[in-house]
Amino acid sequence: MSTATATAVEPAPETTVLRRSWKAPIWFAVFAAVAVIFFGILGEWGDTSTFGLSTSSDAWEIEPVGVASGPVGLALSLLCAAIAVYAFVLVGRDRPVPIYLTALYGVAFVLAFLVWAVAGEQVSLTNLLQGSLALSVPLVFGAMSGVLCERAGVINIAIEGQLLAGAFLSAVVASLTGNLYAGLLAAVVAGLLVGFVLAVFTITYVVNQIIVGVVINVLVLGATNFLYSQLLAPEGATWNSPGRLSRIELPILSDIPVIGPVLFDQTIIVYLMYVAVALIHVALFHSRWGLRVRAVGEHPKAADTLGIQVNRTRFRNVLLGGMVAGFGGSFFTLGNVGSFSQEMSAGQGFIALAAMIFGRWSPLGALGAALLFGFANNLQSVLGIIGTPIPSEFMLMLPYILTIFAVAGLVGRVRAPAADGVPYVKS
Amino acid sequence: MSESRQAPVSAEAPGEPPPAESWSQRFIRELTTGSAMVTFLAVVLALAIGAVLIAVSDPEVQERAGYFFSRPSDTLSAAWESVSDAYAALFTGSIIDFGEYTIGRALRPFAETLTNAAPLIAAGLGFGLAFRAGLFNIGGEGQIIVGAIFAGYVGFGMDLPIGIHLVLGVLAGLVGGALWGGIVGVLKARTGAHEVIVTIMLNYVARFLIAFLLTTSVFQRAGASNPVSPVVQDSGRLPVLFDSTRLHLGFIIVLLAAAFVWWLLSRSTIGFELRAVGANPHAARTAGMSVSRAYILVMLIAGSLSGLAGVMQVLGTERYLTTGISAGLGFDAITVALLGRTNPWGTVAAGLLFGALRAGGVTMQAGTGTPIDIILVIQSLIVLFIAAPPLVRAVFRVKVRDMGPALETSKGWGA
Repeated sequence: MSTATATAVEPAPETTVLRRSWKAPIWFAVFAAVAVIFFGILGEWGDTSTFGLSTSSDAWEIEPVGVASGPVGLALSLLCAAIAVYAFVLVGRDRPVPIYLTALYGVAFVLAFLVWAVAGEQVSLTNLLQGSLALSVPLVFGAMSGVLCERAGVINIAIEGQLLAGAFLSAVVASLTGNLYAGLLAAVVAGLLVGFVLAVFTITYVVNQIIVGVVINVLVLGATNFLYSQLLAPEGATWNSPGRLSRIELPILSDIPVIGPVLFDQTIIVYLMYVAVALIHVALFHSRWGLRVRAVGEHPKAADTLGIQVNRTRFRNVLLGGMVAGFGGSFFTLGNVGSFSQEMSAGQGFIALAAMIFGRWSPLGALGAALLFGFANNLQSVLGIIGTPIPSEFMLMLPYILTIFAVAGLVGRVRAPAADGVPYVKS
Repeated sequence: MSESRQAPVSAEAPGEPPPAESWSQRFIRELTTGSAMVTFLAVVLALAIGAVLIAVSDPEVQERAGYFFSRPSDTLSAAWESVSDAYAALFTGSIIDFGEYTIGRALRPFAETLTNAAPLIAAGLGFGLAFRAGLFNIGGEGQIIVGAIFAGYVGFGMDLPIGIHLVLGVLAGLVGGALWGGIVGVLKARTGAHEVIVTIMLNYVARFLIAFLLTTSVFQRAGASNPVSPVVQDSGRLPVLFDSTRLHLGFIIVLLAAAFVWWLLSRSTIGFELRAVGANPHAARTAGMSVSRAYILVMLIAGSLSGLAGVMQVLGTERYLTTGISAGLGFDAITVALLGRTNPWGTVAAGLLFGALRAGGVTMQAGTGTPIDIILVIQSLIVLFIAAPPLVRAVFRVKVRDMGPALETSKGWGA
């Protein structure tokens, strides 16, 4: 096997926009106007929005912070407006809008929204973030599975099925053996099996990848529902009482105010998630293996010419992706609820797919998108409790609408690996 | 490059037979090695795997398997009983019930099959038509929901004379589906957004939309605490065709829709353009066809076909809106269309088969306690197997030809 040289593949997918694009500043301005009008001028002047910054079990108790809703909402909205103006200036000088500016804009907008929505009430920021992370974990694992498969050129619509299979088998095996770690292993095996079916049909039999993915989701759904009704529901004590993984508090790190308890007082699944994201990022972009995988996903013929075995690489990546997503599925059961219930993944696999696309097929981008979607979802349920003017269903729609915007190029073009979804048949 | 795919038309046109072959020889060859054979073997294989699943998960079989090595016949007879009972119930629940005394009552299960088949076929046509134009319309679910919202609103929210009410309700459903499908077509044509992603996302948007609407005073039934709409008025309902069945006019409409799609695809200029765009958009553009127009048009029609399925749900069988109005039909419809090889009459046949499985599954669950979800397993396995003829060939050690590229073509995310 010859060593692949870096010249064979295009570098990173982020290419500089050569043509002037006014899209970003215009959208910035539109949303800033909305913020200034609704969160600022029409905001709740006279109320205070109170944010709790610690929980009772923390090392340092921090007093909840109360801010005057009207002025702070207006200030944050004006910050958004200022960023929009700066973005106009940048584009006018033919310079791209840097990513940090978009991030800053997003944070300011979300904070302005929060201040407006929480007016007159109190919300614990720590709990909000904790809940967001919990909702994000399956998304992150699912999105990593997507990245692994699609960077190698195989579309993975079956994330949903992999998550569900992982959740199911982990609960069953943990219940039967009484060992939660056996359950975690079983989740990996379940994901591997689903990944294997996907790989065999898409790579060996060259069946359309989207069709196979959709059908696998139906298959896993049917199989787990069937077995649930036959075995898990009537004999819950034997088949469906795995218990939950306990949280492991990391010393020192978990004492950091606000983010400590959020990030470092978690189950082993979450810690492995950090490891997985970092590992996949480094492996994909800073290792020979990753270069080969990306070559296979971008230009399989060139990769083949260089002696990389295209279909073998793809097969391995699909199996690997299946394992990652299957492991993530165990979070539904062992990491969160402590038992399996029907259709537990509830479309999270598709949100994970959306997160991967929104994150431009990169591990870190997908992580950010998954966290954002988890945050939106949790914000919706938190605000549902205190009551807000916006119906919760619209908050729940947010990730999907954002993804449509993303693929429609309204917030910058996203580009899939060039050979994603195209089977490679040696001629 | 990523969109270049072979023309799916070759699936129906297997080419000239060798000259020495008589029509009867050709008929037998088609029967034993053609697509009918693959479909048949795929169904057999899927039912066999389903049988294994039923037997293995049966508590009685498990109990007897505890002493398998001392008396294996016990286990096997229990397994046989479990499987044969379930499949017998599947049959009596979907085709004909020999336990009944009059023909009308004995055939009631068949009417139930047709009732279940109608929305499946409609949504299946919606997937199949878009597929012919090279688009994956995974958005059947959302289009069904929006179609049902529109049709349902006309059905319970408006007071109109008999006849006009029904016609307007059906049209509203078609418009609703077309709207939801049209968004996809426009985004695909104008921005190149991949239709798979957009349709999946729109499914969820539609799901939350109906959940929201059913909490508003316009859509929620007066006095109800759960999210259900008022019942559709009598004048807005699809009339029942035979007494004591649920079979309604929708089935006839669906057959007309299938005929329309057949005519559109194989007899009209528009259909020719759609197929040309589906086979090779670059060539179609070079030939002077408007690819954008084709994408928008096909998604409008496909959306309205899925919307028709929503009409049947709300004006035919369910008669009021719930959050579960689409009942997974959108995804089942994909398997229906694929089994029917995305050709209109094939979709009708496949819809009848899956309608039978759905109808029989209910009887099976009630009669033998076998969960209806086994139907999903069987359906998805059938589609997987017909999509990979080499696998069927290997399992049964028979000669079957590859089906042509209908299900094997693939294209990337890139627009």
